[in-house]
Amino acid sequence: MTQMKIQPNKFNQGSEPEKEAPDPRQDSALSAEHVTIRYGNTVAVDDVGLAFAANQITAIIGPSGCGKSTFLRAFNRMNDFIPSASLEGAIRFQGIDIYDPAVDPVEVRLRIGMVFQKPNPFPKTIYKNVAWGPQINGFKGDLDELVENSLRSAAIWDEVKDRLHKSALGLSGGQQQRLCIARTLAMQSEVILMDEPCSALDPLSTGRVEDLMLELKQNHTFVIVTHNMQQASRASDYTAFMEAGKLVEFDHTEKMFQNPSNQRTEDYVSGRFG
Amino acid sequence: MNILAQKKSRWLEGGIHGFLFFCAFLSILTTVTIVVSLVWESIPFFFEVAPLDFLLGTTWQPLIVPREYGVLPLVVGTLQIVVGSALVAIPIGVCCAIYLSEYASPRMRKIVKPTLEVLAGIPTIVYGYFALTAITPVLKSIYSGTETYNAASASIVVGIMILPMIASLCDDALRAVPGSLRQGAMALGATRFEALTRVIFPAALSGITASFVLAFSRAVGETMAVSIAAGATPSMSFLPTESIQTMTAFIVQVSMGDTPRGTPEYHAIFAVGMLLFLITLGINMVAHRVLRKYREVYE
Amino acid sequence: MSWLDTANLNLRKRRRRALYFKSICSLFTWSCFVLLAVLLVHVGHKGVGLIDVDFLRNAPSWRPEDCGIWPAIAGSLWMMGLTALISIPCGVSAALYLEEFAPKNRWAHLIDVNISNLAGVPSIVYGILGATVFVRFLALEQSVLAGSLTMSLLVLPVIIIASREAIRAVPSTIRHAALALGATPWQTVVHHVLPTALAGILTGVILALSRAIGETAPLITIGAVAYISDAPAGPMDSFTVLPLQIYSWTTKAQSEFQDLAAGGIVALLVFLVIMNGIAVWIRHRAEGNAN
Repeated sequence: MTQMKIQPNKFNQGSEPEKEAPDPRQDSALSAEHVTIRYGNTVAVDDVGLAFAANQITAIIGPSGCGKSTFLRAFNRMNDFIPSASLEGAIRFQGIDIYDPAVDPVEVRLRIGMVFQKPNPFPKTIYKNVAWGPQINGFKGDLDELVENSLRSAAIWDEVKDRLHKSALGLSGGQQQRLCIARTLAMQSEVILMDEPCSALDPLSTGRVEDLMLELKQNHTFVIVTHNMQQASRASDYTAFMEAGKLVEFDHTEKMFQNPSNQRTEDYVSGRFG
Repeated sequence: MNILAQKKSRWLEGGIHGFLFFCAFLSILTTVTIVVSLVWESIPFFFEVAPLDFLLGTTWQPLIVPREYGVLPLVVGTLQIVVGSALVAIPIGVCCAIYLSEYASPRMRKIVKPTLEVLAGIPTIVYGYFALTAITPVLKSIYSGTETYNAASASIVVGIMILPMIASLCDDALRAVPGSLRQGAMALGATRFEALTRVIFPAALSGITASFVLAFSRAVGETMAVSIAAGATPSMSFLPTESIQTMTAFIVQVSMGDTPRGTPEYHAIFAVGMLLFLITLGINMVAHRVLRKYREVYE
Repeated sequence: MSWLDTANLNLRKRRRRALYFKSICSLFTWSCFVLLAVLLVHVGHKGVGLIDVDFLRNAPSWRPEDCGIWPAIAGSLWMMGLTALISIPCGVSAALYLEEFAPKNRWAHLIDVNISNLAGVPSIVYGILGATVFVRFLALEQSVLAGSLTMSLLVLPVIIIASREAIRAVPSTIRHAALALGATPWQTVVHHVLPTALAGILTGVILALSRAIGETAPLITIGAVAYISDAPAGPMDSFTVLPLQIYSWTTKAQSEFQDLAAGGIVALLVFLVIMNGIAVWIRHRAEGNAN
């Protein structure tokens, strides 16, 4: 496993959003400070600072290839598996730099869950898909109850309650993605990262996933990467706009879509490019 | 004139087409000829020996009087080689495959893969020599009761021979599992080891099984190494320190000797050959079916 | 409140287990290198010293110190040449037919399954086929030709499978372009598909022939013997090959003969190294051209 290069204590206020913008950092769950991510010599994310408010939904939008997915994956150290990837700057979760050598990446991923772009259920039963994470991590409560609650929260319980012990590969794409969300919910992580979770889904399933986030944000902090601006405007509290690896603007979603400060943002959200 | 020329070239293409088809058809012809020659030549044998006595008899003594043609000792000997070589090859081969697909850097892969290819490309006769002159003396020094020709030595060397096959097929099977599954497991707080053993390995299991089965078939058909190292004593015992004889080694023994053509003991090699053909064919068909099934899952 | 806050993650224990497992895997992988090294050193330290001009020039003899492997080397070369002449045209043609011309029907599927099964048939069974059909039915006796025909059948599935893969790797855009210019399917194949696939086909062919040169069992079954004092002069002469010579020396009780076997093995391995070197060189050149 490749360890990322860490450059601690490079925190400064450089890429702070503008003054009238809210400062979610006051009770932020997760923040990035001067994060630069490279694949070999290519810079994918360029000096981005951003903080995600607790129990809120933050959307990251931007044209494809702008580095938003790479940026998101840095928050639970999923980029560790790309040998050429390296990271500078700091990512803080509850005040701790998650790239500190003393921090175990497994623990980071336990606290910060992730839902992927394509549904990736394990080739196991539906029940085992949900129970697996808690099981390997020493869960000691009532597993059946946890599975049921998680599937209920992901709004898929009614569809699967009679086939819990059938293979998850028999579900439709939308159901598989909600199963993957249930699997992540079962971990009861504080933060859930979503990497274009609806890009493979039909509009009905997409609506369900968005409703889910709104319901669940009492208990979780969501960060969602999306190329779908309607989704960002419907479902998020804050929106960040990235372009070519740089953070262009970050603000309340309403303001970003109705009265952005930056011309590039306005062009993008009004569909003039991207 | 143009049209005529075209017609001529059509004729030519038709001829070429026919030749190409014939070459492809040759493979079917080969199979048919194998079956026909095996059946035809073993008919005289089965006039002398009842098929049931052949299949269920427990004494194989075709070259000395009283002659007995119970094939089970040869089958047991073959089985012993298969089991012994599997004990050697499966743990090493699977670990190699896991190392290659999970842990090895691209540079390491570039060294390990050719090494396995070289091991796979060494002629079986060389392995036979190695077993007799290197492995057997070592076994003797460990346990002095080991016979010069013994099943253990042959099993180990056949294990080394089928190891590259298991390693590279298992590597293929593991790499065919989509990376998204590994990421999903790691995102749920699994260590790499847990993701591998609890998610990736089970997902690749049918491919891994197929690789074992194909390797067994190689071990069943392996000839020179067992002829040299395992000896020519048909035996029903499962003692690895003793000499045994496999089906293939019997065919070699008769072919090398001066057994007169037309005798039952000569025709016995065709009966044994047919059994060998049917066993390997059965194993291979099972393996290919399993392989096709698991490819359907992910492609 | 999450169950995670109270759960016993046992991370240290899990990490340690993961580390043990990784160590075992790399240990076993390294053991492959060790195996190969031991094998080569074992054969080499006995065999290399034996190889001199006399060893390469002489014929086998009952006196170990006079023994040589010239008839075996010549026999191997003869057999390889004839096998190549027979199996390459057949194998490549069959691959071309199956990839480019065969209708996708039940017959094609049957041939497909048949070829993959043939590739798994033990080599000694091909020997039985050769003994029945070539040696006796066609009365070729224990000649180089009979051996080469047997060997050709043995390597055909390997050549066909490798060639098909190489042909399949040719992008279909090339075919469409040629056909759109009015070429017949055959012209398309000869002018465009074959040249593009050539490097892949050659690599597969060489690997198949290296397998043929190391095979012993089928030649034993057709009755080729090791006591040949002359190199074959024509395809109908009787012959021996390196692996057979090695086998006959290995199975002799005297250790002098077993050392001779090591010498023969070194010669055989040199053969294989040269052939594989050519294959690697072709692959390398083809990759160079492609870039």
